[in-house]
Amino acid sequence: MGFSCWTGYPTFAIRIHKEINPTEVHGSDYSRAMPSHLNMKSSSRQRRSSSAILDWIGLVPFFAFVLAFLILPSLNLFSGAFKDARGNFTLANINFLTDQYVLKAYAVSLEVSVITSLFGGVFGFLVAYAITIGNTPRWMRSILMTFSGLAANFGGVPLAFAFIATLGRTGFITAILKSICYAGASGTQVCPFNPYDHGFNLYSMYGLVLAYMYFQFPLMVLTITPALEGLKKDWREASENLGATSFQYWRDVAFPILWPSILGATMLLFGSAFGAFATAQALTGGSIYLVTILIGQQIRGDVLGNPNEGYALALGMVVVMAITITAYTILQRQTARWLKV
Amino acid sequence: MKGKRLNLWGWFWAIAAMLYFFIPMYGTLDFSLRMKKGVISLLAYETVLADPQFLASFRYSAIMGLITVTISVLIFVPTIYWIYLRLPKARPIVEIITILPFIIPVIVYVFGLIRTFSGPPFQLTLTPFKTDILITAGYIVLSMPYMFRAIDVGMRAIDVRTLTEAAQSLGSNSFQILFDVIFPNLRIAILSGALICFATVIGELILGDFLVRPALGPYMVLVGRSRAYEPAALAIISYTLTWICLGLIQFFSRGGSTQQQLTGR
Repeated sequence: MGFSCWTGYPTFAIRIHKEINPTEVHGSDYSRAMPSHLNMKSSSRQRRSSSAILDWIGLVPFFAFVLAFLILPSLNLFSGAFKDARGNFTLANINFLTDQYVLKAYAVSLEVSVITSLFGGVFGFLVAYAITIGNTPRWMRSILMTFSGLAANFGGVPLAFAFIATLGRTGFITAILKSICYAGASGTQVCPFNPYDHGFNLYSMYGLVLAYMYFQFPLMVLTITPALEGLKKDWREASENLGATSFQYWRDVAFPILWPSILGATMLLFGSAFGAFATAQALTGGSIYLVTILIGQQIRGDVLGNPNEGYALALGMVVVMAITITAYTILQRQTARWLKV
Repeated sequence: MKGKRLNLWGWFWAIAAMLYFFIPMYGTLDFSLRMKKGVISLLAYETVLADPQFLASFRYSAIMGLITVTISVLIFVPTIYWIYLRLPKARPIVEIITILPFIIPVIVYVFGLIRTFSGPPFQLTLTPFKTDILITAGYIVLSMPYMFRAIDVGMRAIDVRTLTEAAQSLGSNSFQILFDVIFPNLRIAILSGALICFATVIGELILGDFLVRPALGPYMVLVGRSRAYEPAALAIISYTLTWICLGLIQFFSRGGSTQQQLTGR
C-alpha cells in the first residue's frame, strides 16, 4: 500500500536523481548554480521538497508494525518497571532487584551463561582451529560445519529431550555406564560408573550446562571460523622467517588479531545462554532458578503479587543483554578491520 | 614433526566435537526405538504420529508458520526494496531495529507483548482469532533478524535501480515491478529467509505456551512431562525437520554467499 505512492513517477526524474549527487542536492543548492536550466530547476526543486517526505512513506508499513508489536511492548515493560500498582512513579520495583531470591536467580543465570560461554567458547575455538589450520581433511570440515549449523539451531524443547534420552536416569549413556559392573569383595555387584551415584544429576545445573553446550560450541565454531580463515599464511611465514616459534606466533601475532573476535563471539554465546528459556523449562520442569524461569512464573502469576516487579526483572535482563550485544558489535567491528580480504 | 603434532591436536578436537554432536543424537535415536521391551521397534513414532493432538498441534504450527512467512515476506521485501531504491540512509536504523529481538530475550518480549495486549485499549487475547493475530505478530518479530538479513543480502546482489528503471520504461506499475521483477530475482533469498522463519515458528515454545495456543512447542512439553519414549521420537522428528530446512537452504543458496548464522534458543 505505502509503496504505491510513486506510481506514475516520471522516469526522467529518477535519471536526474541519479545524476545529481544526493549530498550536493541537500548541501548547496545545486540547481541554483545552473541558471541556464530554469525548467529543470523548478521541477527538480518541487520534486525534492516533496520527495524528502515521500521517501519515508515506503517505510510506513514496517515502522507501523514494529511500533505496535515491538516498540510499544518494550516501552510498556520499561515504563512499567518504574510504576507502582496504581500507575504512580516509583523506584520500589528496582529495589526488588536486590531481593535475595531475585539476586539468586540472576546469580544462577549468570553462572550458567558464563560457564557455558567460556567452555563453549574455548571448545568451539579449538574445533574451529582444527578445521581451519589444524589440517583435518576436507570432509571432516564440511561435516563439522554443517552440524554446527544444525546444532546451533537445535535449542529448545527437543534439545532437552535428546539429553534426557542420553543422560537421563534411564538414558543411553547412563545405561551403558551403569552396566559396567564387577563382582565386589563380598559377592555383591559393584557398578562404580553410574553417574547418578556420584552426584551427577541431569535435571540440575550440570545437566543444563551440558545441554547448553550442545548449541554453544557450534555457535562459536560458526562465528570464529571466518576469523581464523582470515589469518593470512604470510603472517605465519613472516614470523617464522623472523625466527618466531609457534607459541610466539600465536601469542604475538594471531591472538592479538583474533582477540576482539574471540571476545565478541563469547559475548554472543553469553547472550544466547542468558536469554534461553525453553531448554531449561523442559529439562528441569522449572525447578532450576533462572531469571527467565522466574519471569515465566511471573507471567503465569504464580509467584509475585506485583506484576510491576516482573517488569523490573525483565528490565534487568534487557540491560544485561544490551551491554552484551553492544560489546559484541564493537568487538566484531574491530576485527573486521584486519580481516578484510 | 611439528606438522604432525599439530595435525593430531586438530584431529583430537575435531573428533571430540563429532562425539559431542553424535552421542546425544545416537542416544536419542536408540532410546526412541526401545519402547517395546527388548526389541527395536518404531512404536514410539507410531504412537506420536497417531496421536490426534500431535497432528492438530503440528497442523496449527505449520499453518501459523506459512501465514508468518507470507506476511513477513510481504513486509520485508517491499521495505528493503524501498530502502535500496529511495532511502539508503534508513538502512542502519532498520537493521538495528531488526536486531532488537536478539537483544530482548524471548521470554521478556512475550511478557511485554502479553501485558500490552491483554487489556484495553488494544485487547487481543480474548478470542482465539485475535490471539492468533497477536501470536503471528510475535512470530514475525522473532524471525525478523533472519528474514531481514536474508532479504538484505539478496537485495544487495541485484541492481535494484537498473531493474526498476528498465521495468518503468517498459510501462510497469509499481506492483508489477515488485511482483514480476523484484520477487523473482530474490526468490533464493526469500526462500532461505522463509525456511528459517518457518523453522523458527515450528520450534517456538514460549509464544504458544504463554498465549495458550495449541502449538507444537507446548504439546512437546506436555508429552515430555507425561511420557518416556515419545519425547525422544519427537526430538528425532524435530531434528529431521530442522535438517531438511537447513539442507534446503544450503541447496538453494549454492554458489551464493548467503551463509546463515543463527543462535540457539
